[in-house]
Amino acid sequence: MIDVQDLSVSFGSGASARQVVKSVSFSVAKGETLGIVGESGCGKSTVLRSLAGLDRHWTGKINLAGTDVDKTRTREQMLLTQMVFQDPYGSIHPRHRISRVLAEPIRAMDRGKGWDRVPSALEQVGLPAAFAERFPHQLSGGQRQRVAIARALMLEPEIILLDEPTSALDVSVQAEVLNLLADLKEARQLTYVLVSHDLSVIAHMCDRVLVMKSGVFVDELTKDDLYEGRTHDDYSRMLFEASAI
Amino acid sequence: MHAPDQDTILSVKNLSVHFGRYAKPAIDGVSFDLKAERLGIVGESGSGKSTLGRAIMRLLPPIGRVTADTLTFDGMPLLAAKEKQMRSLRGNRMALIMQDPRYSLNPVLPIGKQVAEAALLHLKVGKAEAYKIAATMLERVRITDIERTMKLYPHQISGGMGQRVMIAMMLLAKPRMVIADEPTSALDVSVRGDVLNLLDELVRENKAGLMLISHDIRMVAAFCERIMVMYKGRVVETLTNLEEAQHPYTRGLIAAMPDLKAPVRRLKTLDRNAIDAVETRP
Repeated sequence: MIDVQDLSVSFGSGASARQVVKSVSFSVAKGETLGIVGESGCGKSTVLRSLAGLDRHWTGKINLAGTDVDKTRTREQMLLTQMVFQDPYGSIHPRHRISRVLAEPIRAMDRGKGWDRVPSALEQVGLPAAFAERFPHQLSGGQRQRVAIARALMLEPEIILLDEPTSALDVSVQAEVLNLLADLKEARQLTYVLVSHDLSVIAHMCDRVLVMKSGVFVDELTKDDLYEGRTHDDYSRMLFEASAI
Repeated sequence: MHAPDQDTILSVKNLSVHFGRYAKPAIDGVSFDLKAERLGIVGESGSGKSTLGRAIMRLLPPIGRVTADTLTFDGMPLLAAKEKQMRSLRGNRMALIMQDPRYSLNPVLPIGKQVAEAALLHLKVGKAEAYKIAATMLERVRITDIERTMKLYPHQISGGMGQRVMIAMMLLAKPRMVIADEPTSALDVSVRGDVLNLLDELVRENKAGLMLISHDIRMVAAFCERIMVMYKGRVVETLTNLEEAQHPYTRGLIAAMPDLKAPVRRLKTLDRNAIDAVETRP
């Protein structure tokens, strides 16, 4: 579903240029959930933003659902992925009603007005259809994150990119959102790439985990590796022990 | 509850906080004693845990009305204290460490100057002496290359380092009580342990009491001797370890966390109706 070859990302130019992602390659099968874990600044979000087409500084090859994508995406290429961001307070327009937030992707892609699809979109993420008339500040953090997930699903992409989707939420709400993501994945045959610094969330959600450090993947762990505490690198060992308090 | 003895640093009885004209209290009759120990306070956002910390420090805005039968710190009734007296207590005898060093440090002053300012203010020393104390304190929180770091501005250091600077600043006056409000939730897991251990080491050294406010029940359980669980402004349970949790809210919180060692297919979510049923019965 996703195939990435020699992806490199640099910011800045000349003497101040800094390579934040150093020639990484990975692939994700259809219906799989791939986790990327690492400390802040290791480049995990940058990988995700390059996949989503938000960063255009990358070099290498990205193939999404059988199509090689360009740095500046065409409309068809944009339809392949959608992203859910970390902060539900920052990722939804504060002065748009929820109905407008959800209809926006449809309108942006010239697929009609989109209003008629709002109620069903809200229902599939477990929110009442009456929420369409509300503003974001009238929702809790967990409800907002559900709206962000509903928005990502509006264009029916096959790949969803999740950038720390629950780290701004309480554990009790985090459990609800993670369950929702698992249900949606099953119902719609979605492929997820989940970035998080929380190894326990990653272990719960993912089939396979890549451990990232300073722009490179230092370790790859399967679900069984995680449960049995098996690691193949000192860094992932350290990360694992720090998470298991 | 027994009468407060010499070891009790903070004694709280029936503390309530009302905001504005809301009839519903943000904190509803909380009582506890703090000795030289580590007390954890856990709960979801909105449960009143941060408000509790702020009410004790008398840092709530005027719209928040604090009432209590007793609120004594080191034998001094805090509710009767004048603002001037409170100012001499804060940062000196009681300290508050907040969540994100990026917001709680002054962005336009170098680190060294900020830490030295705390020494200047609380220890009644000269400027040169204050810088010397600041440097030793920064060394205590394991900051390397102190000469250089003291000249850096907050945006030039990492989150973990910023939090250690905060700890240095707050513990420099050797306070009797430290309230740490989510001290590690803005930090990476790998530095979380270091910051907590450092906090513990310094607090123990001063024989001070530590109130650790956090939403992470497992971290609090691993670190604290006693855990107070708050829900809707009330303490629903006080525990010494997680196994003895009886209240459905506490159990729900524990079960909602994904566990590396005990994988489940679906996470349990809180049954709020059941919790409210238990809560309203007494």
